[in-house]
Amino acid sequence: MYTPAALHIPDGFLSLAISLVFWAISILMVGLAIARTKKALGEKQVPLMGVMAAFIFAAQMLNFPVAGGTSGHFIGGTLAAIVLGPWAGLLVMMAVIALQALLFQDGGLLVMGANIFNMGILTVIIGFGLYRGVVDRPRRVRLAVAGLAAWLAVVASALVTALQLWLSGTSRLAIVVPAMLGVHMVIGIGEALITAAALVFIEQTRPDLLTAKSVSEKGGRGWVVVGVILSLLAVSLSPLASTDPDGLERVAEDLGFLDRGLPAPYAIFPDYTIPFLGETPLSTIVAGLIGALVVLGFTMMVGQMLRK
Amino acid sequence: MHFDLADRYHDTDSRLHRLDPRVKVVTTIGFILSTALLPDGSWAAFGLSWLLLLWANHLARLGLDFTFRRSFLALPFALAAVSAIFSPLGTPLAEWRVAWLTLIPTDYGLMRFVSILLRSWLSVQAAILLVATTRFPDLIHAFEHLRMPAILASIVAFLYRYLFVLADEALRLLRAREARSAAAPGWRSGRSVAWRAKITGHMAGQLFLRSYERSDRIYHAMLARGYRGQLRTLHPHTMRAGDWVFIGVFLLWIGLIHLIGQL
Repeated sequence: MYTPAALHIPDGFLSLAISLVFWAISILMVGLAIARTKKALGEKQVPLMGVMAAFIFAAQMLNFPVAGGTSGHFIGGTLAAIVLGPWAGLLVMMAVIALQALLFQDGGLLVMGANIFNMGILTVIIGFGLYRGVVDRPRRVRLAVAGLAAWLAVVASALVTALQLWLSGTSRLAIVVPAMLGVHMVIGIGEALITAAALVFIEQTRPDLLTAKSVSEKGGRGWVVVGVILSLLAVSLSPLASTDPDGLERVAEDLGFLDRGLPAPYAIFPDYTIPFLGETPLSTIVAGLIGALVVLGFTMMVGQMLRK
Repeated sequence: MHFDLADRYHDTDSRLHRLDPRVKVVTTIGFILSTALLPDGSWAAFGLSWLLLLWANHLARLGLDFTFRRSFLALPFALAAVSAIFSPLGTPLAEWRVAWLTLIPTDYGLMRFVSILLRSWLSVQAAILLVATTRFPDLIHAFEHLRMPAILASIVAFLYRYLFVLADEALRLLRAREARSAAAPGWRSGRSVAWRAKITGHMAGQLFLRSYERSDRIYHAMLARGYRGQLRTLHPHTMRAGDWVFIGVFLLWIGLIHLIGQL
């Protein structure tokens, strides 16, 4: 009955540096989410988040036949972000991803930070951000935007997963980006339709959960800005990565992200070693941690902006 | 109809089952980290890592091939790594033309592909063994001791508790749809794909509301029983001599693996 989405990266497929950087981002965002939901929900936080996470897990079992034996599935991040708000939605998705990795080995432990980023953080920002922007518009517009956001979120997750695999030296850009995008552009359609239909149902039964006021209270206008920026990035980067992979590879090489000259896995980030420690695993870990701290500082700034 | 997704915990009494859950969590993550740090193509070190796993399997008394039999979960994802075979580095082995692509497998690419698969395969086995020998509440408790925020631990514990309830709810919704969807031979049941997606969306909405309202009821029931925002446990974790011995042997073995891996 339980069918995992193709976005859960197992251990061994991402380089240590990439794993640590995405862990840092995810830890920071989850930390912020804990603080924010605690303020909003108080001690009700644990039962509500826990049961909602179980809902996402169960909802991922819902499917419908499409054609030729394939079926459309539901991932649920966008719906959770719209109805529960971005911070609560992020916590819920994080709990689901953690449980899937721990209990079912669906997604790895060392790469869990990347999985939380791809399926939780990205989905929540794009899903909530776009919907928040049209929250006081007529219902038809809101539903269309919710569907579009759900589709974009799935596609953006796929794109970032592909880029992570490429930066880790696991996949060739020219192959992995079109493959991941192609599959998930189709999967995203099912996600979009189900998300919009679920919103219709919830709005008819519990209109109080989806009024403009209750949605706006859960996250400020900053989400719209970040959501639109990430969506535009995903939309502009996807065709670039599929049609001109060599160009993207050259940019990454120039920026020092990628070095095709050194064969060892430690050298995929050529500058990711500390000179006096030499080319040892310890050096990579230290370098990874420093990189992670830099990203942490940057994300904290973004977090401060979101607070407004 | 029940979600008979059996718990992944295997109840036996063994040295590995009796270890402190914190030790098991730390060594599992340490093992995965160690595997991630091994250079490509260090076959002897990969072999030694596998021996370490075999030893742990032996301690768990679940059969030597226990984790091996369950380790093919991550295999579909291996597709993503296939393209590594066609690395621009190394000496070309052949040249294939597939549609518009010219694929040139190289010896370096092949070595990288096999190394990625081995790393993933070893890591998955370690995680399988952790879950098979540790009760889930103990596992969550161990993460809490290792400084995972208590709130997160409680949320995941709650998720685990209600997972089976809500999965049953989802199965009931699916069964109800099945019962309503009659199909005559030669005719497809249901209307267009969009219509079917709409029905599934309504099911998701229904499931959401049932879950949302259930969480309200659970919260009130918990308040009535004196809930103050924390879950309590009756299993204190204590480190015993056996735990320290296990950690010692583990560290020595990991050290040996890396000594050989760097040669």
